[in-house]
Amino acid sequence: MTSFVKPKIRRKNEPLNDLGLARSDYDGAMSTLCAGCGHDSVTAALARAYFELSMDPKDVVKVSGIGCSSKTTTYFLRDAHGANTVHGRMPSFATGAAAVNGALSYVGVSGDGDSLSIGIGQMAHAIRRNVNMLYMLENNGVYGLTKGQFSASSDIGSTAKKGAANTLPPIDPAIFALSVGATFVARSFSGDRDQLVSIIKAGIKHRGFALIDVISPCVSFNDHKGSTKSYAHTYQYYHKAVHADYVPPSEEIVTSYEEGDVMPVELHDGGIIKLRKLDADYDPTDRAGAMDHLLRSQATSEILTGLLYIDESRPDMVEHKKLTDTPLHSIPYAKLNPGAEALRKVQEEFR
Amino acid sequence: MSAPGINDFTLRVATVNGTGSASANGLLMKAIFRMGVPVVGKNIFPSNIQGLPTWYEIRVTGDGHAGRDGEIHFVIAMNPETYADDLASLAPGGVLLYDSTWPRPQLLSRPDVTVLGAPLSAMCNEAFKAARSRILMKNMAYVGAAAALLDLDLDVIKQLVTEMFAGKEKLIPLNMQAVELGRNYALQNFTCPLNFRTKPMEKAKGKIMIDGNTAAGLGMVYGGATFGAWYPITPSTSLMDAFQLYCDKLRVDADTGLHNYCILQAEDELAAAGLVIGASWAGARGFTPTSGPGISLMSEFIGFAYYTEVPLVICDIQRVGPSTGMPTRTQQCDIQLCAYASHGDTRHLVLYPAHPGECFEFAAMSLDLAERFQTPVFFLSDIDIGMNDWMVDELTWPEDYVPDRGKVLSAEDLEETKAFYRYLDVDGDAIPYRTLPGTHKKGAYFLRGSGHTKLGRYTEKGEEYKEVVDRLYDKWKRAAAFMPAPVVTPASRPARLGIIAIGSSDGAVREARDRLEAAGMPVDYMRIRGFPFSDEVAAFVEAHDEVFVVEQNRDAQLLGLIITETAAQKEKLTPVLHYSGEPLNYRFVYDAIENAVKVRKIA
Ligand SMILES: Cc1ncc(C[n+]2csc(CCOP(=O)(O)OP(=O)(O)O)c2C)c(N)n1
Ligand code: SF4
Ligand SMILES: [Mg+2]
Repeated sequence: MTSFVKPKIRRKNEPLNDLGLARSDYDGAMSTLCAGCGHDSVTAALARAYFELSMDPKDVVKVSGIGCSSKTTTYFLRDAHGANTVHGRMPSFATGAAAVNGALSYVGVSGDGDSLSIGIGQMAHAIRRNVNMLYMLENNGVYGLTKGQFSASSDIGSTAKKGAANTLPPIDPAIFALSVGATFVARSFSGDRDQLVSIIKAGIKHRGFALIDVISPCVSFNDHKGSTKSYAHTYQYYHKAVHADYVPPSEEIVTSYEEGDVMPVELHDGGIIKLRKLDADYDPTDRAGAMDHLLRSQATSEILTGLLYIDESRPDMVEHKKLTDTPLHSIPYAKLNPGAEALRKVQEEFR
Repeated sequence: MSAPGINDFTLRVATVNGTGSASANGLLMKAIFRMGVPVVGKNIFPSNIQGLPTWYEIRVTGDGHAGRDGEIHFVIAMNPETYADDLASLAPGGVLLYDSTWPRPQLLSRPDVTVLGAPLSAMCNEAFKAARSRILMKNMAYVGAAAALLDLDLDVIKQLVTEMFAGKEKLIPLNMQAVELGRNYALQNFTCPLNFRTKPMEKAKGKIMIDGNTAAGLGMVYGGATFGAWYPITPSTSLMDAFQLYCDKLRVDADTGLHNYCILQAEDELAAAGLVIGASWAGARGFTPTSGPGISLMSEFIGFAYYTEVPLVICDIQRVGPSTGMPTRTQQCDIQLCAYASHGDTRHLVLYPAHPGECFEFAAMSLDLAERFQTPVFFLSDIDIGMNDWMVDELTWPEDYVPDRGKVLSAEDLEETKAFYRYLDVDGDAIPYRTLPGTHKKGAYFLRGSGHTKLGRYTEKGEEYKEVVDRLYDKWKRAAAFMPAPVVTPASRPARLGIIAIGSSDGAVREARDRLEAAGMPVDYMRIRGFPFSDEVAAFVEAHDEVFVVEQNRDAQLLGLIITETAAQKEKLTPVLHYSGEPLNYRFVYDAIENAVKVRKIA
């Protein structure tokens, strides 16, 4: 098998964005995933979000670990640099890359196996560092690529294709991320394109680590009756708590906020995320409250979705580390070399 | 062999970890160095913060030898728990000084050594009030006693004490008082100086005392490293400490206060490797210092960087393995590991610095090699080099140095290119071009550790896969010409015998070689400095009847690597293996070769 180069076809009257690019300019190679795999819908939502935000693909960096989900970084933004790293270790690679050039936009794609088992340590620490990146956790409750073993996000009682029930408690990525200091926590569903696209846009524009836990069913190994990560089960228990819309800086002035449940969160680029509470008592800026809702929803099997928590106040890694604006690769050597006199001085204590 | 004499003896201070003796011992060594006399210092310390025995060994070597002697002539025994060992460690005719506040008649059991008792604690308890300062002052008191016995220059000591307490001037007279207590006691009660002692020389001009990790950290600054990540592990931590220290001093933008570097403390070594690979892929010059256990953890990522051709510099400061081993003792036990780290067909570039001067130089070289060849480079040091102070030439930096950033296409280059393929050997030198994220849309490519074609596309076709890994092998081979050349010390007359060694074995091997030659056994010596090996290595073996491969591990790892990777005849190679965890000494090497030669003669 080789990778297929997707033919670039531009339809007549295809809408163009501010850069003059069409939606298809945000495509990548042809997907090799199973037909109906949730991950393909997530890929499409990502491409749409970058298109709608009029982002130059060359300024985006895509990184992933290993798994069906992690393969998808080739399936969008062919004009962006990408890296398929090793299993569970994408966060460290992404963190290193993000430290070099703060002007680029980073997106990590991972799976529930990649992130919650082998990679949970690295994910936790990327969150703690508040690396400025969008982190897509494409959650299907199984290891797709290794053919259907339970993952750490499987719910108690959820059955495997061959019938065995999972008996270990699940790790909820949203609860986990909140507990280690995430500044943007969201959940969505590959089957809800509108919600997913708007949350992705908000996540891209958030300065810091933006986790989106996307329920993304695996049609080959975890879409049967008895699975709690199937399309049917997800539709049944899906619950929207907060809706989020990103409003770019230019539109800000003309947008008027509806009274009541709308809550604007100002972003560092001057844009705004408009939060619309669908649950009246849910406040996505209250960490403890969000945690409380999430824990309760776990008990009722309700799948709480939307932008569940946001905090724009914490500095991201680049600011925290006081890095220069010049990408680390372009600082002239003359600036990096302290010179002969400094070397002589440094050695005084060794004489 | 040499008896102790003027500027020719070894002193060992035995203390308890965590009692503040390190600065007193450093002072002793620095005082001799400042008197212009070459010294070799070895800190033999436990994996512990407080309470276990620790030794500081100072070899005073007017002849300027760089390694250990192997004999001990003077012990300052400040740890009652190790009295028996310390007494036993002395060469016949040696001297032991101990704290006789608590007399120990059993110390008199060796008639062939002189035992001197000085009531250091009693004197300090009387003179100083605070309990903590009494312990510290006792250390200064043994410095004083040693000063009298070894004829150290008191003015030099005073100057050093003044420098040591810059900013805390109140402490200077107190410390000098303690020095005087010990010194006066020795002058009044012992025959001073001893017949082996110091005498000022002029041999330390243009020299500094520095440890290899500090030099390497500084080398990374001068080499233009902008990114470092690590997970703390003895004995590599001080390398990152040095990089951090000098970056904070020399790399903060004066106008903006912003940093021209990024240092991240990783959550483990897997992450440290990932951080550096990510940063290097994005274009920074990065490195990670670690030790053997870290290399084990990094292995998967090392293979990834090798196969995807991302620059990666790893400084392995070797310590005794396997497993946790003896984390504060030295060995050369990761030679094979670093040559081939990771699964599948992988092979790497390795540099073997031998002393802090080379650590400074090779640190930058490792960054250059990694970027030129787009591959992992190991900077293979050890505890002996990394954590001991060595007397080396003052460090200098070539004014015309330009970092070798390798083949990186700029936006202008890409604008003019028709199509860019990441793994295509355009120039026929086995090194493809790379691009950095954010440069140009034509430069975009997908990095993957899975099978790829020379165009960078995914593949599972055998021929396409082989084309790439064959080029990787070719690239690795070509790197041999860019590694630092072996250093050969020839005998003054034709020799049938040779020695091969790497890294920290150098000082002891050179001395053994000199002394063997003086004793009528001419030996040529080759110190290898990089892997892949130069063709000179096989030629050196070819040119001798027998070559002793001296190394600090049990399994003859270097010897094995020479057999596997060169045309050298296996039959000619004889291992000389030292792996107790203490730095190598010349007597060990001398005896091993002398004995082997004797056995051959009988046979
Ligand atoms: C070190 C290592 N161990 C095991 C594997 C095998 N492996 C590949 S993908 C995978 C699980 C992927 O699960 P997930 O992240 O949920 O992705 P999905 O395929 O479900 O999208 C495993 C265990 C590997 N590639 N590397
Ligand atoms: S196995 Fe599952 S996760 Fe993998 S591609 Fe098929 S449907 Fe998607
Ligand atoms: Mg999965």
